[in-house]
Amino acid sequence: MDWLTILQRTFTNAIGQEFIVYGLAAIGLNLHFGYTGLLNFGQVAFVAAGAYGVATVVATFSLPLWLGVLAGIALPLMLAALLGIPTLRLRADYLAIVTIAGSEIVRLVARSPSLRSITNGSYGLSQFGGDFYALNPIPDGRYGIWRITFDANATWYLLVGWTLVALATLLILVLIRSPWGRVLKSIREDEDAPRSLGKNVYVYKLQSLAVGGVIAAFGGIMFAIGSQSVQPDNYGTPLTFFAYCALILGGMARVGGPVIGAAMFWGLLAFTENTLRNAVEAGYIPSGLMDTVQVGQVRFMLVGLGLMLLMIFRPQGVFGDKRELALDAR
Amino acid sequence: MPADTSRGTIAAEAGVAKPDPILVADGVQRQFGGLRAVDVEHVEVQRGAITALIGPNGAGKTTFFNLLTGFDRPDTGEWTFDGRSLARVPAFKVARLGMVRTFQLTKALSRLTVMENMKLGATEQRGERFLSALLPPLWRSQERQIEQRADHLLQRFKLAHMRDEFAGSLSGGQRKLLEMARALMSRPQLIMLDEPMAGVNPALKQSLLDHVREVREDGTSVLFVEHDMDVVRDISDWVVVMAEGRIIAESAPEDIGRNQAVVDAYLGAHHDAALSFEEEERQLKSAEQAIAAQREEVQ
Repeated sequence: MDWLTILQRTFTNAIGQEFIVYGLAAIGLNLHFGYTGLLNFGQVAFVAAGAYGVATVVATFSLPLWLGVLAGIALPLMLAALLGIPTLRLRADYLAIVTIAGSEIVRLVARSPSLRSITNGSYGLSQFGGDFYALNPIPDGRYGIWRITFDANATWYLLVGWTLVALATLLILVLIRSPWGRVLKSIREDEDAPRSLGKNVYVYKLQSLAVGGVIAAFGGIMFAIGSQSVQPDNYGTPLTFFAYCALILGGMARVGGPVIGAAMFWGLLAFTENTLRNAVEAGYIPSGLMDTVQVGQVRFMLVGLGLMLLMIFRPQGVFGDKRELALDAR
Repeated sequence: MPADTSRGTIAAEAGVAKPDPILVADGVQRQFGGLRAVDVEHVEVQRGAITALIGPNGAGKTTFFNLLTGFDRPDTGEWTFDGRSLARVPAFKVARLGMVRTFQLTKALSRLTVMENMKLGATEQRGERFLSALLPPLWRSQERQIEQRADHLLQRFKLAHMRDEFAGSLSGGQRKLLEMARALMSRPQLIMLDEPMAGVNPALKQSLLDHVREVREDGTSVLFVEHDMDVVRDISDWVVVMAEGRIIAESAPEDIGRNQAVVDAYLGAHHDAALSFEEEERQLKSAEQAIAAQREEVQ
């Protein structure tokens, strides 16, 4: 068993591209679900809007990156209006149904043949990150600590990504401590109460959906730039559920919860995968029971099992406040 | 108090006109399938008075509350608050105009602290707008003022020691107090309390009654739904009785028990006489019609 490599890969994954993408998606989700109580099961639609915003503008229309980023912000805002205006009057469970359908519609539209001239259908778009890496001020070489090192471009990408995660976290912190955030939390508890006190609940829900959506869209922008490609089938429902996993793992309605949760989720996945692979290769696990190809599936089972145990024994997540969960007047 | 001085001049009859009404409702109807839940021809609520709305279970009191405050829409009807028509005005705007309600099942926001609950009640907060929320210096001073006012009210309602606890850890009676105090944070002109005394222990009930009286002394009109007749007799200046969706009687609280329509509503019109054959036939027929209408509604 090569524990050093296992640990190296675990930590690399816990702070890498997935962490940034899913972290941003989960931060947005935390605003939607953790603070406003909107059961949004279509978070991936916002991620896709950000990714396709930047990809189409840069790759299809050959425009500069900053315009792509603007499109990556404008598209999720439009999506929030399109998705939110007709559905935010619905009760939580209906909102979940509508948003999951909405996100599938976004994916199917992106891969539809009739839009091939813009999105390139199911093949997607690629090679549009040139502008981003051209901005890289970091000289060539490897950076990092211990065995966790990255080349200059990866370091540049990670620094930008971490900055975005930090800024999004800060934004949520400021918003949630403001009277605006107080109204959101009151909507989560019981929206009739703020309504009876003169708050326009509908507008607050729409704002929450838009802000959380734009934060998730930045995850999409980073996803697109990091992998230098967008493919519609990367934006299916599993992305939403992974973001929920990260959120629940870290602790809902906690400002740092989704960030820690995303790091833990991807760290855990890498840890179980590499440990299992090592164990199979070293013969600790007989090849009749599991081969290295099956490791990829088994790791999800194990992490899923872990999440179940967490929900049973520590439902508030790692950083949640038990006090808040134990109280439920409804 | 205007209510006390003028009470003698108001006739004890349903839909009677009152001097200086704050709330006037006309022809408000709400149908649920075959059931006409609310059918109020005319009612006025006097400014500066404590008005009780009573009636047997299912009389339509809470539905009437919902209609007046914009939480439900009537099929027909007009009503004005302070001279302003409120038909088709959404609930949050009704509250902003100064007509604030509480709920029969308290809506204390469990996972907010008592103080946060209170601060939510304040109106026209700069920090509640998204963009100014991002800049704390814009709203911090206002927040401090709101907090002071909330502390003052919490003291009055004897909740000051629970200030930083989650509202979910309050007892049922304390939640009623909190909900009332929170509603007062918005400085309403008319506060509408839906069964404020339900589930409140007798000791707390007395202090709640005092609070309701204090609210009136401060110049706020009160309209409340209540089942406890002792409470109604104790604090209300005027009583309105609903049954089967209609206003069937109005009077001063002392005289309400002598009103034949009220006694009939609570005990049944024929509580002392056997049903005649024709009457039984008629009641059966109307019941069947109601069921048929309901079925149609379902289909």
